[in-house]
This record gives sequence, structure tokens and C-alpha cells, in this order.
Amino acid sequence: MYTKFSFKKWVVAVVLSTPLLTLAADISLLNVSYDPTRELYVEYNAAFAKHWKAKTGDTVTVKQSHGGSGKQARGVIDGLSADVVTLALSYDIDEIGAKAKLIPKDWQKRLPHNSSPYTSTIVLLVRKGNPKGIKDWNDLTKPGISVITPNPKTSGGARWNYLAAYAYALKHNNNDDAKARDFVKKIYKNVPVLDSGARGSTTTFVERGIGDVLISWENEAFLAQKELGPDKFEIVVPTLSILAEPPVTVIDKVVDKRKTRAVAQAYLEYLYSEEGQEIAAKNYYRPTLESVAKRYEKQFPSISLIKIDDVFGGWQKAQKTHFADGATFDQIYQK
Amino acid sequence: MTATTVSQHVRYQTKVAHRRATSEPAWVRWTFIAIALAFLTLFLFVPLAAVFTEALRKGWHTYLSALVDPDALSAIWLTLIAAAIALPLNLIFGVAAAWAIAKFEFRGKSVLITLIDLPFAVSPVVAGLIYVLIFGLQGWFGAWLIDNDLKVIFAIPSIVLATVFVTFPFIARELIPLMQAQGKDEEEAALVLGASGWQILWRVTLPNIKWGLLYGMILTNARAMGEFGAVSVVSGHIRGLTNTMPLHVEILYNEYQYAAAFAVASLLALLALVTLALKTFVEWQSAKHAADAERESNE
Repeated sequence: MYTKFSFKKWVVAVVLSTPLLTLAADISLLNVSYDPTRELYVEYNAAFAKHWKAKTGDTVTVKQSHGGSGKQARGVIDGLSADVVTLALSYDIDEIGAKAKLIPKDWQKRLPHNSSPYTSTIVLLVRKGNPKGIKDWNDLTKPGISVITPNPKTSGGARWNYLAAYAYALKHNNNDDAKARDFVKKIYKNVPVLDSGARGSTTTFVERGIGDVLISWENEAFLAQKELGPDKFEIVVPTLSILAEPPVTVIDKVVDKRKTRAVAQAYLEYLYSEEGQEIAAKNYYRPTLESVAKRYEKQFPSISLIKIDDVFGGWQKAQKTHFADGATFDQIYQK
Repeated sequence: MTATTVSQHVRYQTKVAHRRATSEPAWVRWTFIAIALAFLTLFLFVPLAAVFTEALRKGWHTYLSALVDPDALSAIWLTLIAAAIALPLNLIFGVAAAWAIAKFEFRGKSVLITLIDLPFAVSPVVAGLIYVLIFGLQGWFGAWLIDNDLKVIFAIPSIVLATVFVTFPFIARELIPLMQAQGKDEEEAALVLGASGWQILWRVTLPNIKWGLLYGMILTNARAMGEFGAVSVVSGHIRGLTNTMPLHVEILYNEYQYAAAFAVASLLALLALVTLALKTFVEWQSAKHAADAERESNE
């Protein structure tokens, strides 16, 4: 009699607790990102999942998709349902707003530091011993030097590469646009192959052994050195480079439809936290949080960095003058 | 006129009858054999061996863990699903198209044949883009699909569509010449004897083409599993969700995980080898089948 009663009680207890158990939800997010962030987000996604589980009890799985920044933006415009995008430059995210109306115009004001939780810059990667004696941007214009860089039409990193070289040329030619164009034209004459994304160019250079110098994201250059051995490649820091700000945003139309706004927002905000910044720095992205930046000070060489807003008048203008159809890049790349 | 052609033909025949087909000097024969073998070794055996050595470079443990990785398993699964859907669809379409073209005369037949060949002529990347333009958010049906919570592009349906598109000539192309050579005598005989349309299809047409059909299915399957370009355009490259095996190989390779990349590649190579073995078996069976049929008809 007693056992029967307790069994009943047990059943009731289980039934009552079922809703409590199901409250801990399984959520999935899709982060559409650019090419070199693969390793960064593998590590960060695991850390965020742990943080979110501790905070809310929910299990969150973040799916990743990577490719050239422009190509990835095109994917989102064509309906790739990204909860968040973490791309190489703001123009590509602007396009998602302009072409598909998925985000508001002022998206970049929603998070600190122009919505860029980490920054990076552009450096040169050469083979061990620097056999061609490459020291700065002007060495890339010399005949007989083979330069590897991706296609600015599809890759974000490629556009930063181009602008860094252009800024150097402007500085050394008293801001003479014609001379700067000529300078960049000479560099692209030396490019045997344009891959569609930064990682493609890295594998062309390090794996397939093509080229004397790779114009590369700083983080990508460090990673190649780490993965394939510092005995094979050397990083050359140019006298001037560009401050690259890879921004992030939630895609409003998608998160509202999927009801994932809270977790998507938290996912991006956590990038700014101590732990998020630590992971970024470990993956060779320059942290924006002062305390973490101090700890990793020695890892990053100090370079004189120009800002795109100061030299090129922001991404909208730079894109129009340099990378739109028939603009400067198209003109100089015609052989 | 006819007489001279015949006599010329006879003269030609008597002239070549002096030489046997294999009477070339030994060095010519061996040179050709050596060239063919060297070519095969260079372009087939060495890369195949390289795939397996690279895959096993870090030992069996790395090899197996690369294959049971959740993203790899999902890629293998998706590849199998895409092939499993594309194959029956192409089977029905291929048989129907080949049957119509080989056994009937109708207007626009040559247009239909050209259309069937279209996927051979169009670059796979363009094939993928077609579906982005139709089902993408900025495409014809994109907005409607989103409103109704239907996912086509960057999801499994578009991967299946792209796979069907690139593979659909294989079965039809395999069957058309076979069915044309067979003619329609047997079908007509069956009709005269009072068989219905379905009876003719099941008892006469299908048994006659079964080996050719099997061969076409094997080719379709091989291409479906190996397709890269078209699937790459419509996939969206979401790990563990919309990556097929060839796409997964590319990702691993680009992430410096060479052993894992080659491990998955070796699985694809194994699939190809199994396909090859099956194909050889089917060819052998169909040749035997044809020889048997000939002997029967001669008796």
C-alpha cells in the first residue's frame, strides 16, 4: 500500500518537473564570417556556449560558415539565414542593409568601437631568410617579385591590402593620386593569381609554394607561422599599414524571425568581455580591451597605422572610388 | 555505279586481308603500351596512392577520428542523402526520356536531346547560380519562401536540386543509343500479342536495358557524390549542416588539417573504387548477357 502511494507520488513529481526540464532550451545560431576567423570562432563558440549555459542553463550551438567577406555578404543577401555576421569590413555589412534591408542603416553604432571587438592590420609574409630582401611596400613594385594577394572583388582582406599599399604610396608621393595608382598598378602586375578569399591566398603561398611575398592579415600571417613552423616563414612589418576594423552585427530580420535576438546579442557582446578578448588575442587579433591589450603588448609589433576614415573618407567612398565596377582597381588590373 | 563500288570494296577487302591487325613490329606495340601505362601511373595511380599515404601519415587514430568527427559525419550523411534522392529522380527521368526519344518520332525531339545534354555544356558554377537566382532572397521566389518558412537555398533542397541538375544526362545518355540499337520490334510484337503498355515496359523494355541502366546509375551516383562546383555555390558552407564531403575536404585542407582532409578524400576515393569495381562487374555481366542472347538467336 505504502509503495503504491510512493510510486504515484513519484509519477506526479516527474510529470510536474517535465516543464522545468524543457525550459532549458537548445538554441542554434549561425555566424557567417570571413575567411581567416575559422580558428578564432571555433575557440570562441565553445567558450560562449559554456558561459551561456552557466548564465541561463540553455545549450547554444553556434554553426560557422566562412569564405571571402564580400562573397559571404552576398550569401546573406541571397538568403543565407545568419543570426550574426562577423565580416572583414563595414562596407560588406552596409551592403546587407542596402541590398536586402535586413538590418538598419546605423547598425555600426550599436556596439562599441564601431562594432569592431578586435582589430588587425596588414603585414607581409616572406619565405625564411627573406631571399628577395623585401622590407617595405615599395619592394613589391620591383619587377621579378611575385606577390600573392586575394581578389578585392570578393575578399575583405584583399581590399585592406590594396588600401594599405595605396596609403603608403600616397604618403611617399605627397598625396599624388596618379602616382599612387601607378604604384599599386605595379604591385598588381606582379600578382600571378587572385584567390577569392584570404585563406585561399595563404594556402597558395605556404602550401603550394607560389610567390615571394604574401600580403596578409597580421593574424593570418601569425597563424601560418604557428601551423607550419617559424623556420619556414618570416613576418616583415612595413613602415606603414592600415588599421583594419572587422565589424560584427546581429541580422535583425533573421533573429526576429527565429526569436534568437537575446542570445545573438549576448554572443556579440561577450566578444568584448575579458574572456572574449583573451581568445581574440590568443588567435592573433589585436584586442580592444585595455587590460588584455596590455597583457599581449609584446605579441604585436608596433606599426604606424592609418585609418580608412582619415585617408580614404570611409568605406562607402573607398569602395566607390576603388573597387566598384570600372573603378580604380578594374582600371589598373587590365593588362 | 553500284557494281564498281562493290568491286572496289571487294578489292579493298582482299588487299587488307594480307595484314593482320596486330602485325605491327614489337617495338611499336611496346612503345604504345608503355606510353599508356606511364600515363595511367602518372595521372591515376600516383595521385591515388598519394591520397592514401597522406591520409595515413599521422596514423590510424587520426585517420579514424577525422572520419567520426561530427562535421565529417554530417558531410558524409548529406552526401549520401543527396545521392539517394538524385538517383531515383534521374532513374525515372532518364528511362522516360530515353524511351520517348528512342522509340517514338515527334516534333522537337532534337530540342529535347539538346536539353538533356545541357548540364554537360553548362559550367557547374552556373548551374548553382541558376538556383540562387530563382530561390535566393533577391530571386523570383525568395521572399515568398521566407514568408512561408520554406528553406531551399543554402539548405538541403538546393543541394539536391544542384546534384540532380549536374547528373541528369547520365542515365538518358547511356540508354538512348542502346534503345535505338535495339529498335522497337520486340515492343511491337508484344503489342500485337495483346500486351498493355505497362506490361511492355516491365516485361520487354526494362529487361532489355537493365545492364545499361545499371551502368548509368553507377555513373550518376559517382558524379552525385563527387560534385563540387554547383553544390559549393548553393551550400552556404555551414559546417555540420550544409557541407558535402567534397566541400568538407576543402575546408579541412584550408585549415591546415591535411591528414584529416586526405582522410575524408580517401573515403571519396574508396567510393570511386567501389563504383569502378561495380562498373566493371556490370560491363562484364552485360557483355556476357549480350553474348548469351546472340548464341540463343543463332541456335
